Parts: sequence; structure tokens; C-alpha cells
Amino acid sequence: MSPTMPRFALAARVIHWIMAVMILAMLFIGIGMVSTVGELYSRLIAIHRPLGIAILAFAILRLVVRFTNKPPPLPADLPMIQKLAAHGSHLALYALMIAMPLVGWGMLSAGGYPIVMASGFHLPPILPHDLFLYGLLRQAHTWLALALFAVFLAHLAAALMHGLIRQDGVFSSMASFGRRGGV
Amino acid sequence: MSEDQGPGTRPPPASGAGRPSTLGRFALIGVIVAGVAGAFAYTGGWIGPARLKSKTIINALEANAGGRHPGWRRAHAKGVCVTGYFDGNGAGRFLSSAQAFGKLRTPVVGRFALAGGDPFAGDGRVVFHSMALSLTQPDGEIWRIGMDHTPIFPVSTPQAFTQLQIAGTPDPKTGKPDPAKMKALLAAHPEIAAYLKFMKAWPLPDSFAAGDYYSINAFRFVDGQGQARLVRWAMVPEQTGGVLDKDKLKTVPDNLLFDELRTRLAKGPLHWRMVVTLAGPNDAVDDATKQWSGADQQVEVGTLTLNATQPEEVGGCRDITYDPTILPKGIAISDDPLLPARSAAYSKSFARRAAEGPHPGAQASAPPSVPAGAAQ
Ligand code: HEM
Ligand code: HEM
Repeated sequence: MSPTMPRFALAARVIHWIMAVMILAMLFIGIGMVSTVGELYSRLIAIHRPLGIAILAFAILRLVVRFTNKPPPLPADLPMIQKLAAHGSHLALYALMIAMPLVGWGMLSAGGYPIVMASGFHLPPILPHDLFLYGLLRQAHTWLALALFAVFLAHLAAALMHGLIRQDGVFSSMASFGRRGGV
Repeated sequence: MSEDQGPGTRPPPASGAGRPSTLGRFALIGVIVAGVAGAFAYTGGWIGPARLKSKTIINALEANAGGRHPGWRRAHAKGVCVTGYFDGNGAGRFLSSAQAFGKLRTPVVGRFALAGGDPFAGDGRVVFHSMALSLTQPDGEIWRIGMDHTPIFPVSTPQAFTQLQIAGTPDPKTGKPDPAKMKALLAAHPEIAAYLKFMKAWPLPDSFAAGDYYSINAFRFVDGQGQARLVRWAMVPEQTGGVLDKDKLKTVPDNLLFDELRTRLAKGPLHWRMVVTLAGPNDAVDDATKQWSGADQQVEVGTLTLNATQPEEVGGCRDITYDPTILPKGIAISDDPLLPARSAAYSKSFARRAAEGPHPGAQASAPPSVPAGAAQ
């Protein structure tokens, strides 16, 4: 471990882990609900919509934190190609965590559905009612979700590599909360 | 997709050496990542015990209809749009806080249809005549309703629904369903056999305007105090009509029902009284194959008026789905297992037909020269 490695800002670390739980839960809820026609379908979709919108709100907050706090640099000895992969995948994660809820909201708008957050509370549509647009966005919602899950898996593997193999302080720059320590 | 910060190729820093073997730690990473991926695949139903998916239901409906009809609804494919309004009389507010039950007018975009996935089939068939309604309350809440002309349904579960579609699918060799399959299904599902007998005796209206339409499934009405009651409802026509002779269905003109509807609406608006039935103590509230006693309280909550019809490609009914779980505050689904299944299946049908591109023509009959909403 490199004790000199600075950490992400506290706000960044807190939001990172809240969102990690939310997004992973969301992927499992989404894929799980469409796998059944039982009562879980209706129950899960009622959670899926407001949770997705909450992710959008957190993602916006997160961008603000990201632009107001410089993240710690990657280790100087990390090969260039890995640095590029890191930055590219982080960009993909940001793009997808914003795109997914917008596509979900947009597709329901285009499909003429009410965008129900809770009984009696709806969001306004963000796109015109257009059947073909609904068809496209509904497919995009599935493919982008699968892409998000794939990028998440790569992100998880890479984080574990830093934490368990390289032990270069990258893992703890996001995952440690106490006074310094951790891998 | 990117590799992310991929495996470190250089040897680990000194501090890591000597403790649990590097190989062991690589293995641990592999197990964690594979475990998460496996849990995802299990949750999605790709591995593990087979699960009934909306895809399976829609595929069964498509096969039953003799194949895909791109752009059309996978069930109740042949239909026409109607518009009008619902006037609540205030009585329903004691049962449900939904705004539509107040003494006010709620606009309606509806659809009359015949069951079955073939949009070009003739009207002389022993199938459901259906009325679907989308109410947009002044407060912005939306209520989607799909009703058929019998008070009960042939099956009580989505599994049985799917089996019924499969058993009724024409064999490509004979062009007819395999009687052995249907026999086996009826033996396993006496409720379907009972329904077929019931349907034989139940009148088949010769007009959409003269049909009663039933919610079939039970719903929960929740009043302003939060008290929930299980109900079913029906639309009871104020206009009369005759019935089709089930022995002479071959002689029925292909578009009789749709043509008759346009003719009627050209003469004036049509009305239905909406009657809500509260479940009695012995009524099955989660089984759509069972009739209710009806002896319990019935409440008339308002009047539906339909005053215009439009072909599907210009009306507002084609580009929405009448998912019966789209409900305003004050109404919720019951424990009837058909309701979530309908929601999932309607969504799949809607997604497929939307991506295929909306079908170009309306229901087979509508001649383009007929002015939309001839009445008013
Ligand atoms: C981070 C945000 C989100 C993620 C990760 C996510 C993920 C998913 C996934 C994995 C599916 C299943 C796709 C399939 O296999 O067909 C799904 C479906 C769906 N999502 Fe999302 N979603 C998100 C946000 C939203 C939002 C904000 C809404 C609406 C407000 C929404 C509405 C839906 C709907 C309506 C379905 C389809 C249900 C059906 O077809 O029966 N999603 N989502
Ligand atoms: C599990 C059982 C059922 C399944 C799987 C099923 C399936 C479907 C599907 C796929 C559609 C086309 C949806 C679209 O593309 O927008 C549809 C339409 C319809 N269904 Fe069902 N259905 C079921 C039970 C029922 C019941 C119990 C009723 C009556 C109360 C009903 C009434 C209707 C009506 C009225 C329509 C036509 C709506 C319209 O005109 O657009 N269905 N059904």
C-alpha cells in the first residue's frame, strides 16, 4: 500500500457507495421484474421507477461533486493503456447512470404511460407521445442496461485487482472511510 | 466496452508478497466477479428453474394467430378507436377516492375490439367482444380499463392462459388445433371446460353498442379514509340490440360489428351505466373463472358516453396500451394473478408492435372515406 495516496473527497466516497448499491439493485430489479409475470412484476416495477429517478438525482449531484473536487491521480507507474481504460470506463459509467434513467423516463413518455412515482404522484412526460420512439427507447433501455452491467463487472474486477493484487492505494482511495488504512 | 484498469501485469509490490498466494487472490477475484454475473443471470431467469415470461405468453399468442402481424396488437388485434367521456355521479366517491367518481366529466379514449391476434379475421366468431377505456382525470391521473363481454374468464392463471393458447394453435399440417392437446388441457383444467360451456350459452351481441362489458378481474377500491374494498364492475348499455346466431356465424359479414358501430354513432351518442359490485363474503376475489353472487351491494357510479369513432391510425387508441394496472389513486390491483400477468404481457405486446412500426391501416373494414367522429 502507498500511504501517501490521497483519497477521494468524503462526499465523493459517500455518493459512490450509495449509488453503487442503488445501481446494482436497480439492474437486478429490472432484469428480475421482466423475467416474471407474477405479482413480483407489478411490485418491482413500482420500485423501479422512483428508484431510477433517485439515481438520476444522485448522478447529477455526483457530477457536481466530481467537478468541484479533483479526484486523486492514478498511480504514476500504472501503464498508460490501463489509465486510458480506467478513464474510459469511468466516463462510460457516468454516461450510463445518467442515460438509463433518462431513457426510462423518456420511453414511458413516448409510450403514453403515466410516469408514476407513488400513488397519486406523477412526473411530467419529457418526450412527445410517439409509438415508434417508444419502441426504439424500450430496446435501448434493455441494451444500455446490459452494457451498464458489463462495465460494472469490469469496474468491479479492476477495483479488486487494485485492492488485492497491485495494492497500490487505488482501492482504498474510494473504499476507506476511517483515519488512513485499508488496502 | 473497455477493459478498465485490467489486471496488473507487473509483480505485486513488496508489501503484498509472501501473504496469501497471488494465485489465490486472483482466484478470489474471479469467484467474486463470476458470482455477481451468475446471480444476475439467475435473477434474469436465464439459468435456474424455468419461469413463465411475458415473452413466452406473447410468442404463444403470435403462434395461435397463425404468426406475427407486425405492428398489430398480439391480442384483440381487430379494433377501432372511440372517444367520449365519463360522467361520475358522486356515488363512487364513497368507495374510491379516484377523481373520476366525483360529480364531474372525465374524457375517454376507448377502443372496441374482437379478441384474437388476427387483425383481418371476420366478425362472425365466438370470441370476446371488448371495450377498452383510457380515462384522463382532470387531476392528470390516468385510468386504463380493458373489459370483455362475459363476466368471467376461461382461466385463472397466466400458466393456464398460455397452455390454452398453445392447445388452440393450429397444427401447420392440418390447419386445425390438435384435438388431443385440447382434450388433455380440459381434463387438467375443468374451469376451462366449464367456461367453454358457459360461453356457448352466453349471448354473442350483434352490436358493440348493445354489449355489457365486465372488468372480470377484481380490483381494490380505496376510499378517502384509506379503507379498501374488493370490487368488480360492468358497463351496462342503455341501447339495445340483438344477438348473433352461433349456428350461422359463417353468414355474418366480415365487418358487421364495426360497420354497425359507425352507423349507430352517426345517429347519436351511446351510453353505458357503470355498475360496481362489491365482493360478498363468499365471492372469489382472486379467481377470474368464478362468477360473483351479485346479491351483494351494487352501486351505480356514473355514465359512459361514446360519441365518435375513428380508424386506429388517426384515433388515439392505437398508440397506447390498455394495461389494467395503470390506475389512479383510489384504485389498486387485487391479488388476482391475471392482473400482473396482463401488465407484463401487454407491455411486451406494446414494445414489439411499437418497434415494428405502427401498422399502416386501421381495422380491416374502415373505409378511408368515413369521416372520423361522424356523430357529435
Ligand atoms: C439506473 C437506472 C435504471 C436501470 C439500471 C434500469 C434497468 C432496467 C433493466 C435491467 C430493465 C429490464 C430490461 C429488459 O431486459 O427488458 C428495465 C426495464 C424497465 N425499466 Fe428501467 N432502469 C433504470 C431506470 C428506469 C427509470 C427511471 C424508469 C422509469 C421512470 C424505468 C422504467 C423501466 C420500465 C418501464 C421497464 C420495462 C418493463 C417491461 O417492459 O415490462 N427504468 N430497466
Ligand atoms: C393472463 C391473461 C391475459 C393475457 C396474457 C392477455 C393478453 C393481452 C394482450 C397481449 C393484449 C394486447 C395489448 C396491446 O398490445 O396493447 C390484450 C388486449 C386486451 N385484453 Fe387481454 N389478456 C389477458 C386477460 C384479459 C382479461 C381477463 C381481460 C378482460 C377483462 C382482457 C381484456 C383485454 C382487452 C379488452 C384488450 C384490448 C385492449 C385494446 O383494445 O387495446 N384480457 N390482452
